[in-house]
Amino acid sequence: MSYSGWETVIGLEVHVQLATKTKIFSGASTSFGAEANTQACAIDLAMPGTLPVLNKQAVHYAVMFGLAIDAEIGKESAFERKNYFYPDSPKGYQTTQLEKPIVGRGNVEIKLADGSTKNVRIHHAHLEEDAGKSLHEGDFRHGVSGIDLNRAGTPLIEIVSEPDMSNAEEAIAFAKRLHSIVTSIGICDGEMSQGSMRFDVNVSVRPTGTTELGTRTETKNLNSYKFMEEAIAKEVERQIDLIEDGGTVKQETRLYNGDTKVARSMRSKEEANDYRYFPCPDLLPVIVSDETIEELRRNLPELPDARQARFIEQYGLSDYDAAVIGSDAAMAAYFEIAAEKSNNAKLTANWTMGELAARLNSQDLSIGKSPVSAEQLGELITRIADNSISGKMAKEVFEGMWAGEGSADEIIETRGLKQVSDSGALEKMVVEVLTANQAMVDDYINTDEAKRKKKLGGFMGKIMQASKGQANPQQVNQILAQKLNELL
Amino acid sequence: MSIERQEIEKLATLSRIAISEDTITEVSQRLSSVLELVDQLQAVNTDGVEAMSHPMKATQRLREDEVSEINQRDAFLAIAPDTEEGLFLVPKVIE
Repeated sequence: MSYSGWETVIGLEVHVQLATKTKIFSGASTSFGAEANTQACAIDLAMPGTLPVLNKQAVHYAVMFGLAIDAEIGKESAFERKNYFYPDSPKGYQTTQLEKPIVGRGNVEIKLADGSTKNVRIHHAHLEEDAGKSLHEGDFRHGVSGIDLNRAGTPLIEIVSEPDMSNAEEAIAFAKRLHSIVTSIGICDGEMSQGSMRFDVNVSVRPTGTTELGTRTETKNLNSYKFMEEAIAKEVERQIDLIEDGGTVKQETRLYNGDTKVARSMRSKEEANDYRYFPCPDLLPVIVSDETIEELRRNLPELPDARQARFIEQYGLSDYDAAVIGSDAAMAAYFEIAAEKSNNAKLTANWTMGELAARLNSQDLSIGKSPVSAEQLGELITRIADNSISGKMAKEVFEGMWAGEGSADEIIETRGLKQVSDSGALEKMVVEVLTANQAMVDDYINTDEAKRKKKLGGFMGKIMQASKGQANPQQVNQILAQKLNELL
Repeated sequence: MSIERQEIEKLATLSRIAISEDTITEVSQRLSSVLELVDQLQAVNTDGVEAMSHPMKATQRLREDEVSEINQRDAFLAIAPDTEEGLFLVPKVIE
């Protein structure tokens, strides 16, 4: 940000949908993509007489997050009601935690592009329920909105950071770190496009060198790192321009539309911050025993740092490869299966981060939805490593696997892609090409030694053509150089 | 502690409760007496007493994470004032 004389202060509130099978207070399914309102039961709809019953798994997942960030665990936590009226919240309040959250203070270390690290303090994390969805577009009659309550009651933890970040890079590094942690310990599926993680960004600015915090605004519900970056840049600019023009920043909630790139103030809500919290009489204090905490600690899945270190040690990956693959739980799991199968970790890492990641990105797919399974990729890499196919052929095989044509071996067979690595056959091919192209050979011999190398490409082209692209290029290169040498 | 008319109006708006002009004095008096009771409670010295989050001496029972509800959408939609394509319809809301 090119505004000299100003510094930015950022804090994040992150909503993480927990990967439970059922809602936080009811036995209705939480699976994504079901038809509207087919997973909203009487409790989720706030029918009179219904009472919440807390999901054990949601409590355990929240504790696991606390353990993963070395936080104090609230052995006794309690639920409050946050009162507000909005049609996607049928009860007229959100059941959440305020005074006694389940996760207390903790720390998350972030790594920055220049190699430095920074500690971001976590203020607390609490359990709460998600709201339903309002649909404003579509074919409804004029003046109505449609309400889908399938998401209502989905368990969330809201992670609240201290205002410890000073630019978009740090905020995004923090967001990615949290994504890496929650997916690694398996408490969230991490599908950002489905809203599994959503970020509220609190931004304020102050003159460089001062310590008093400026008035902050909160931009809500960002669901991609890109949108976060854009929203922060816009908001910092807006606040500084406003102050430099003699105005003051108003504390408000804002929205950023990633598609139109327009940020705006949410419609006036002068009284909206008065949520009249009070203890939820329907829910008793939640006790998590020391035994439960210890059991969850013992069974806590591998954290990203430990996994990255193991990838370097066990598979001999570079720091960079280990960081890229090891920070993404799904990619890490995929890689391990493929590497096991191929027995060639380095090549597997290259393909996972290269061809596979590129194809997934281009179709906006998560690795869990990859049409090419980890086993399949492992088989393909086995065939590259044993020289059955060239790197170029491998890309063709990969395309075939992506299109569902079968395993690597099947595609190599049906497409006739087998690389010829039999040195006898290759030698014969080289000699044939040299004999058939005597003029090229003479030209080669008569060329200055320093310039001969450039002539090799012509021979290679002819040989590859003769082999229909199936000759092992490294071997051909060797044999060709040797044969030509003999003629000199 | 007594409660001002303005506060009553604000509370009524927040709670979406219509309070008619001729009852506002009565509501104000009643709420004031509730708040007086709270004042009395707050006057009690509670040094060293742990805050209580629920009056019952019991702790929350937890439920196993198993799906136990079936789809009853049609029954719920049938008792809603207005529906379309499986959605509950409400007067237009825009954030």
